[in-house]
Amino acid sequence: MSDHEYTPSSKFGKWFNDRLPLLTLANHLTDYPTPKNLNYWWTFGGILTFCLITQIVTGLVLAMHYIAHADMAFSSVEHIMRDVNYGWLLRYVHANGASMFFLAVYIHIFRSLFYGSYKSPREIIWILGIIIYLLMMAAAFMGYVLPWGQMSFWGATVITNLFSAIPLVGESITTWLWGGYSVDNPTLTRFFTLHYLIPFLILGLVVLHIWALHVPGNNNPVGIDIKKPSKDTVPFHPYIVIKDAFALLMFCIVFALFVFYQPNILGHADNYIEADPLVTPAHIVPEWYLLPFYAILRSVPDKLMGVVAMLSAILILAALPWLDTSKVRSAVFRPLFRQFYWILVADVLILGYVGAMPAEGLYLLIARVATAYYFAHFLIILPVLGWKEKTTPLPLSITEPVLGGSPNLAAARNDEKIEKTIK
Amino acid sequence: MSDQKDEKKTNRRDFLFTATAAAGAVGVGAAVWPLVDQMNPDASVKALASTEVDVSSMQPGQSLTVLWRGKPVFIKRRTDDEIKKARAVDINDLKHPEKDEDRAKNPEWLVMLGICTHLGCVPLTDKGDYDGWFCPCHGSHYDTSGRIRKGPAPTNMEIPKYEFVNTNTIKIG
Repeated sequence: MSDHEYTPSSKFGKWFNDRLPLLTLANHLTDYPTPKNLNYWWTFGGILTFCLITQIVTGLVLAMHYIAHADMAFSSVEHIMRDVNYGWLLRYVHANGASMFFLAVYIHIFRSLFYGSYKSPREIIWILGIIIYLLMMAAAFMGYVLPWGQMSFWGATVITNLFSAIPLVGESITTWLWGGYSVDNPTLTRFFTLHYLIPFLILGLVVLHIWALHVPGNNNPVGIDIKKPSKDTVPFHPYIVIKDAFALLMFCIVFALFVFYQPNILGHADNYIEADPLVTPAHIVPEWYLLPFYAILRSVPDKLMGVVAMLSAILILAALPWLDTSKVRSAVFRPLFRQFYWILVADVLILGYVGAMPAEGLYLLIARVATAYYFAHFLIILPVLGWKEKTTPLPLSITEPVLGGSPNLAAARNDEKIEKTIK
Repeated sequence: MSDQKDEKKTNRRDFLFTATAAAGAVGVGAAVWPLVDQMNPDASVKALASTEVDVSSMQPGQSLTVLWRGKPVFIKRRTDDEIKKARAVDINDLKHPEKDEDRAKNPEWLVMLGICTHLGCVPLTDKGDYDGWFCPCHGSHYDTSGRIRKGPAPTNMEIPKYEFVNTNTIKIG
């Protein structure tokens, strides 16, 4: 952190800053020393902030036209699509925005997994991130219920019924969540309220997430501790700002492709049929971003244990900083971990695929193997790897592998291996 | 005042702290309860507790689905064959052992909540490996008595409270 004293140049600025140090905060954010080797995988934090703001702004205006009532919700969404000025655009941005949000968050999470960003001293940043992710799932799920289509209704029924798996109090909890004896109008109105609330909770947690990040500073692709500020860092503005802006532009192109060319490809046709409590669609599938967890839920033949497995799959991530026993952060210097990392990526993609398929025959078998592997990765492979794996030597600074020397005195030590790579 | 540096003795101040905290906890609990309980089914939801259904036009083998408390209820007028099948099962083989005699007091009529006990989908009638019901969501098979025979559902489909008001009318709830 740049802890130097900051004095605003103008007299008014000085007067104001003495009373509310907003200018000091702004100065910290612009000068914030950032590792100079951050790659494009590090731009997703900024992209996610953009996604959150997009969802809040489009959601706010959609709420001006949407009616949260079981008899009117479906037609009010059609009213938004057909009658409201630019309503189609706002709704498509909001609906696809949720998918883009999850796309970005998955890249962000897997970036952390690869470069060990969750390790000491960044455990709190990581755990805050997991809480944000859980809240995102809750918000996305409730948002999907609001159009009151067939998939909305039956998705809500299946997910709220997960709570009925809890022994003894399960049924009462489900009735309490519904406000009745099935998913109905009281359920819809409370989901709307909570769907409106959660993004602001996320916003608050994002502030904490960034605050916690600014204490140790960013991790970086090499994953070593660096001196801040030093020759290994650049100020956030303009270096990172411009890089983030460029990545955001690329991301927006993808976003726009979905919104303008394939706005319904990530949804389900069944959701354009109004909710009918007497008819269950032939094949209930959650949105793509929840599929891996859905596959885990279905792979366990017992109702309660299925729910436990699904929740554990998410909560196990919170324990990750302690399950990964390796002191080396970046996978760049962990040849074995790197291979297991890519197996995990494949495993999650496979879970996502079988989650979309019917839970029978070969798909069920694959889902079971993939679920077992998912837990094995975190509970067996990571702890053992940290202790068995022979890591490659770490550079002493970010500049060392490039320039051979280091701005740090400690780095003056000769490392033959690095010298060789330079020659 | 006496020196009590190392001794931890309960004094009057500790009592006051504990009493204040306890009173505070009771107050907070009393204030939070209405906020929690407002989410439970309200009076208007509870008021819709019973439904009467005219079943005079139903022939053996036919089934009817009616809505009760927002949930589908299956009313099935079973054929002799279906009754025989349901009663021939050895209840020790069942995942959730229940006699058909207890589920259908009047063997011709089976009245039950049309909700899969797994995750709440509506099963399809006259489908599945046991010619009863089949849930398309996660593949639970029910027999002609609505008992779970195969698949992830933990229990049989629930029998609601119902009675025959007269020979043609069933009152559910």
